[in-house]
Amino acid sequence: MKTKILIVLALLVPLMALANEGVKLDHAPIDPNNQASLQRGAKTFVNYCLNCHSAAYMRYNRLQDIGLTDAQIKSNLMFAGEKVGDTMTVSMPKADAKIWFGAAPPDLSVEARARGADWLYSYLRGFYRDDTRPTGWNNVVYDKVAMPHVLWTLQGEQALKIDEKTETHHLVLEKQGTMTPAEFDETVADLVNYLVFMAEPFKERDKHLGLLVLAFLGLLFVLTYYLKKEFWKDIH
Amino acid sequence: MANSNQQDSKGLLGWIDDRFPLTSTLKAHVTEYYAPKNFNFWYFFGALATLVLVIQILTGIFLTMNYKPEASLAFASVEYIMRDVSWGRLIRYMHSTGASMFFVVVYLHMFRGLIYGSYKAPRELIWLFGVGIFLVLMGEAFFGYLLPWGQMSYWGAQVIINLFTSIPFVGPDISLWLRGDYTVSDATLNRFFAFHVIALPLVLLGLVVAHLIALHEVGSNNPDGVEIKKYKDPKTHIPLDGIAFHPYYTVKDLMGVSVFLIVFSAIIFFAPEMGGYFLEANNFIPADPLKTPPHIAPVWYFTPYYSILRAVPPILNSQFPGVAAMGLSVVSFAFLPWLDRSPVKSIRYRGGLYKKWLAAFVVSFIILGYLGTEPSNVWGQFASDLPLVGGADRATIVARIFSVVYFSFFALMPWYTKKDKTKPVPERVTA
Repeated sequence: MKTKILIVLALLVPLMALANEGVKLDHAPIDPNNQASLQRGAKTFVNYCLNCHSAAYMRYNRLQDIGLTDAQIKSNLMFAGEKVGDTMTVSMPKADAKIWFGAAPPDLSVEARARGADWLYSYLRGFYRDDTRPTGWNNVVYDKVAMPHVLWTLQGEQALKIDEKTETHHLVLEKQGTMTPAEFDETVADLVNYLVFMAEPFKERDKHLGLLVLAFLGLLFVLTYYLKKEFWKDIH
Repeated sequence: MANSNQQDSKGLLGWIDDRFPLTSTLKAHVTEYYAPKNFNFWYFFGALATLVLVIQILTGIFLTMNYKPEASLAFASVEYIMRDVSWGRLIRYMHSTGASMFFVVVYLHMFRGLIYGSYKAPRELIWLFGVGIFLVLMGEAFFGYLLPWGQMSYWGAQVIINLFTSIPFVGPDISLWLRGDYTVSDATLNRFFAFHVIALPLVLLGLVVAHLIALHEVGSNNPDGVEIKKYKDPKTHIPLDGIAFHPYYTVKDLMGVSVFLIVFSAIIFFAPEMGGYFLEANNFIPADPLKTPPHIAPVWYFTPYYSILRAVPPILNSQFPGVAAMGLSVVSFAFLPWLDRSPVKSIRYRGGLYKKWLAAFVVSFIILGYLGTEPSNVWGQFASDLPLVGGADRATIVARIFSVVYFSFFALMPWYTKKDKTKPVPERVTA
């Protein structure tokens, strides 16, 4: 039964119709308040992304905000001799990267604010085999992207199929990686969740502050309303 | 007046009043400035604009302490403010939200002037100072938008400066002179920073003071458009329909301020990007002179004029007519006092003709504003076999129609306001 569901998911989840006016993005199932998900995402990020991509405005110890201690951050997420207050830089020079990949990998600190969660979620799941590309990979969301499919050992290999009846394209998983499609989608969702957190680390915390501020201002309004009424008694 | 104050006040205040018109100034502009008692909802926005001006100046000072006006550091310094400066993110969001809210309150303030004829004699100078404030505000917004040095900052500035290139003969030289370089670069950023943080704010403050002095000289208009100075108490010389600005309007504005701050805070804490209208997603990508974004849209408050710019077709291969039309669409407001020939001020006593034209103008402004945020193919194209419009972008044709309506509101005003049937205006305010 479970395998049946997985097969159905494998067929349905990576379906991304390529209409004439771009790709329909999948909704990213992320929850900014799920700390476990954010921590898993951070782990994926430092292991898979933070070799080519920097996050030069993000400090490692900012990860305290997703429930990690300095010791945990140091022993699990930092691999070189950085200090915990350092920002997430990479040692690959941009000029070299440009020669190697054709485009320097962009800094990812605020990428989620530029692209949006849905774009990232669809993009990271949208790689397929394409022998005409120098890396051997192409992407349905970002055609002719310079980035190879970094998570391919996890996802496996997808191929782009064209449905001639409906003139749409869709992706088919041809060789499964170490994860089932459902597991892979969850891993990508966690990663996107982390990228969204990293783009604006204080957002959720500030929302709580915002509620207090609004409550205070609501009270202020009530007071000023009655103050005005009192003063204006003799006018009307 | 000043003499009597000097006799009244004692102690420290008396000492000051002998040397500086403190008490008499406070009386003239606050405690004994008599405003009509019938101000309604629309009269909050002048005070709110002042509040936003103060917010912008205060938050601007703190942003300047941490911002680096240097092309290679600017983007990073904004992220530094967002992450590492204590409360920096909130100060920055107050400033970015304040920019948009400034235009919200100023547009509502201007609309108040339109519906109650506040620009008509004897208030033409108040209106002209106001138009000056509006123009400087647009400059402030434009120069300030370059500072975060994102893709939209960069390409928006590039597009706007290039508009000057279309001016016949001297255009390219003017653009070069404004930019200080052949492309938007560090030199441009430095001068825009100087304009944004000192040059224009000084002009803005001067104009605001002039706006208020002129207002207090002739007195405020009101929703009935009657002059309250016509009927004064014979003994006190206080207008019968006037009430002291303080305490009556200070407490009323305080209430308006708390409502405004609720809206303002809700945006800052819960939706600082305002769905891409206040902060554009592309501006989170650092400026790249080699990569032009596919769709460059100005921030919402500029979009009605930007729509007009795009709607005007090039004439003799020159984009200048569009640029001139855009300039005229902004400056048109300045001519209102002399275009309006109606004997009454307030919309309450005007006829249907003016109301219809005003409604048409508001609709054009909003539709042009919406279209300016979208690429011109947003509504697709007309079928190619249609006469006149065959194959043209639908949105462009719609923008052309509403541009004509926009300008007709001003150009035809002398006729329709004169022809319009007006109702009798009461002698005193009605509420």
